[in-house]
Amino acid sequence: MNKSNMRVLTVIIIMFFFVLQVYAAELTPAKGDIFPDITLSKTEKASEKEYLGLSGKGPFRISQIKAELLILEIFSMYCPYCQKEAPIVNELYQIINKREDLRNKIRIIGVGAGNNPFEVDVFRNQYNIQFPLFSDESYSVHKSVGEVRTPHFFVIKKTGDKKNTIIYSKVGSIQDPKQFLDMILEESGMK
Amino acid sequence: MFSKKHFYFYILAGILVLLYSSTIAYGASEQFKGKIYNTGILKPVDSKTKLKVGMKAPDFTLPSVSGEKVSLSKFLGKKNVVISFVPAAWTPVCSDQWPGYNIAKSLFEKNAAVLIGITVDNIPTLFAWTKEMGELWFPVLSDFYPHGLVAKKYGVLRSSGTAERALFVIDKKGIIRYIDVHDINSRPGLETLVKELEKLEK
Repeated sequence: MNKSNMRVLTVIIIMFFFVLQVYAAELTPAKGDIFPDITLSKTEKASEKEYLGLSGKGPFRISQIKAELLILEIFSMYCPYCQKEAPIVNELYQIINKREDLRNKIRIIGVGAGNNPFEVDVFRNQYNIQFPLFSDESYSVHKSVGEVRTPHFFVIKKTGDKKNTIIYSKVGSIQDPKQFLDMILEESGMK
Repeated sequence: MFSKKHFYFYILAGILVLLYSSTIAYGASEQFKGKIYNTGILKPVDSKTKLKVGMKAPDFTLPSVSGEKVSLSKFLGKKNVVISFVPAAWTPVCSDQWPGYNIAKSLFEKNAAVLIGITVDNIPTLFAWTKEMGELWFPVLSDFYPHGLVAKKYGVLRSSGTAERALFVIDKKGIIRYIDVHDINSRPGLETLVKELEKLEK
């Protein structure tokens, strides 16, 4: 192989890695985007299936969940910030549960990035979490939402003209759960 | 086809892309954002321990972040002990490993086990680092001076002067029952450790 052919080959190899990189690091879906219809690990718990309006055996897709608004948290059992956030999200769940007008319209789920079912259980038991948590041991969900830092919250509007539109996508704490709820109700036009 | 100038441009672009990709951390916690030193990928294991399952665990006394000195021998006949060596404060993986153990206290208690965390950092560094994790329920010991003495005793001191990411499970009689000198770049699964604890006498 002569010198110029070598150069062309090197450039092609580098370009190949470049393209690979673009595919590997998918962008984090932002407000206004359509949320990717990701697949969740299966849930055996009847109460969780009922909460999410699912029937049959999993795995399930996000689009199968029956709700007007879906709050999705990407967390990790090992992440101290997610640990601090757990009681705040529990409070949000309780506030929604007490509101008769919202109880059946808003759903919360958590996806444990890189956590196996055992690790997800540790997190659930430690904070007595009542809403469904899913394991994402292979990071497949985490990858499809752009490898976000944890915790990352998405709020997805599942009804209307543009189904599954994201109305909130941010890393970090939701701060005050009451104000957060007000804000997403306003954004979604449910208020 | 390509001039020399173009050629170097593409090489440079390629290097930049590769550098960028190395900054993406898997499941990184927002808490430590910008505070974690990126070590890159390290040699998985860089030491060879002479300790084996069934041997008596070497005793040690080290200062802890909370001020008191902790000796392994004080648990003799009372508790099973898990020693978790991690390489260094403010590095990836370790900054997630202990917070995970921190919410698994009941799993240790159920098996009459205590956890001891050890690094080769000095106390002020460990103080600042563990503070980022929230309140830890287990003692964190500093194997700083003479440097890495305990890590060396356990055969887990790397040539760079940091410790391996290693777990030793020691039963109430002071006998080593499990050793995991883990790949420094990845986190040992909590589930495996808990299964080992369940095998011990309570």
